[in-house]
Amino acid sequence: MVPLSWYLILAAALFAVGIFGVLARRNAIAILMGIELMLNAVNLNLLAFWRYLWSDNLTGVVFVIMVLAVAAAEVAVGLALIISIYRRRSTVVAEEIDLLKW
Amino acid sequence: MTLAQLIFLAAAAVTLVAAIMVVTAPRLIHAGLWLILSLAGIAVLFILLDNGFLAVVQVAIYIDAIAILIIIAVMLTRAVMSDADRQINRMGLAAAFASLILLAGLLAMVLQVPAASPAPLVEAEVNLDALGRALVDVDGFILPFEVASVLLVAALVGAILVAMAPARGD
Amino acid sequence: MSDPFVIVGQFIKELLIGLGLEAALTAVLLRIVGAAVLGGLVGAAAILTIWAERKLLARIQDRIGPNRVGPYGLLQSFADVLKLITKEFLIPRGADRYVFIMAPLVVVAGVIGMWAVMPLAPGLVGTEINVGVLYVIAIGAIGTLGIMMAGLSSNNKYALLGAFRTVAQMLSYTVPMLLTLLIPVMLAGSMGMLTIVEAQSSAWFILLAPLAAIIFFISSLAELGRTPFDLQEAESEIVAGFHIEYSGMGFGMFMMAEFVHAFTISALFSVIFLGGWQGPGVEAFPLLGLFYFILKTALIYFVVIWLRGTFPRLRIDQMNAFNWKFITPLALVVFMVTAILDKLAVQADFNRTAVHLGSNAIIVLGTLFILRAHAASQRRRKEVADRPQIQHSEAAGD
Repeated sequence: MVPLSWYLILAAALFAVGIFGVLARRNAIAILMGIELMLNAVNLNLLAFWRYLWSDNLTGVVFVIMVLAVAAAEVAVGLALIISIYRRRSTVVAEEIDLLKW
Repeated sequence: MTLAQLIFLAAAAVTLVAAIMVVTAPRLIHAGLWLILSLAGIAVLFILLDNGFLAVVQVAIYIDAIAILIIIAVMLTRAVMSDADRQINRMGLAAAFASLILLAGLLAMVLQVPAASPAPLVEAEVNLDALGRALVDVDGFILPFEVASVLLVAALVGAILVAMAPARGD
Repeated sequence: MSDPFVIVGQFIKELLIGLGLEAALTAVLLRIVGAAVLGGLVGAAAILTIWAERKLLARIQDRIGPNRVGPYGLLQSFADVLKLITKEFLIPRGADRYVFIMAPLVVVAGVIGMWAVMPLAPGLVGTEINVGVLYVIAIGAIGTLGIMMAGLSSNNKYALLGAFRTVAQMLSYTVPMLLTLLIPVMLAGSMGMLTIVEAQSSAWFILLAPLAAIIFFISSLAELGRTPFDLQEAESEIVAGFHIEYSGMGFGMFMMAEFVHAFTISALFSVIFLGGWQGPGVEAFPLLGLFYFILKTALIYFVVIWLRGTFPRLRIDQMNAFNWKFITPLALVVFMVTAILDKLAVQADFNRTAVHLGSNAIIVLGTLFILRAHAASQRRRKEVADRPQIQHSEAAGD
């Protein structure tokens, strides 16, 4: 059987990779992809804990489903915002979207 | 080493390598395709965790909907940022450093979790049935379930409103 | 005892164990062999269905169709496959090499993967999982991804336009398809394909949910990109669609995926709405179940070909309006009515079939009434819009 710690280490690594993408990428869509990776790391963690420690309780699975729903909503709105910004300012580079910054 | 462990290692390697390619690939389209591979690896891990339902849901939602949406958005906006442009901002090194520190912190915490062996699971069909009932049970999760549905409707309407072509007088 | 498939499986298993293999390894090997045989059979069936489709289409259009290679042209498809294999697989300059090569594989894999949960006969199913219907939807939509990859990597504007059209069409028609698939799931009380087939032993679901069956059929036609929804390969608009740059076996695999997909959707329809292998005498002779299954699938496939030979192509705005303004709301209404009535019928001990048939008839009448009122109001608005214009031009003439 796979030890619990393997799942946790993988999830931690995935989360770190995702946060690097969010911090370092210039393209706003790439930043969204980084967020997706982080959400998936969280899902993996939740499901691993559910399976190994609380498998008589459905909270972990329900939490994963909620994360999936939120991820779908987040991507839809995020991409809509990016496309709207692209239409008005013709850029998708996060650091060039700086109207509110001075 | 058992078969399950071998499958885990293979799936984990694919997931992690694909994830690293997502954040470093110079062409954004490729990043999107690597993202799909990474999500598929997660789906395999979900099967290893005895939850076939969530694995299928992961494929249906992430790969079939979210990833394709992302790729379409990349295609719609690719004119402004050519693939030869710099993809990593000037804080790239600092970001790498910060995420390494985060990884170290997470690992230090994760390794303190006591080893546990998985408890025997009730039959998958019973489990799925219980999940369905719990989602609409007043003593269960009906409130988060309904809030999630409202959130999805709001996201649907909001996304259409935000992305709609600006009116002519705008 | 009379189950031939179990006997064959047992025989192979004992043979392998007799050769000195471990039992666990044998089980894994059997799975792999089974998957290969199933995939191969589906591929072979596709070659036959291509022949059947060409022949039938020809008869519908008052032609003869393939008649040179073999008796009745039966070997024509094999000759075509041979020709495609010997042709060069060209990779255009500027194409995204690996993505370009992977795209047809992904499309074919997505289609053949659907057969893993298809119950072919009693005791003959690839694997029974409790989320079979959801699995079919998820794995079937992988094909969308393959088409997207083909369009992106070809470095050709027609390929990209075709891929966008296809993906938009497939994504939007998945909504009514999913909604109508939920109705049989609700009636059977399970997402497992085997349970759905067994639940139809008394009455096929097409009797309990005729509207859902029709909506599912229409939206799966759109999912397939068959006429009248074949906008994705409209030659006069976008040449050949997403597979314009593919030659040789790459093109052949897209073609094969298309035909296997049509065949698979027919099989899915017969499993979910026509009772799969259910029929008289199945308990005694399980092989008869396979025959019934193939018969029903062939019947649905014939309807698909018939529609292809009959209808003209829709415009893209008509296609979208038909989905979002007509089918999706209708599917939502049918879904909710079925959910409420099924609960009530079980509680009040009514005849389930009668209740569902009646409710479907009422929905059809209501839909027709609304459509009629809508058309009348459209006509009136058009008249009102036309009238002042004429008066205005007359006034200007004075």
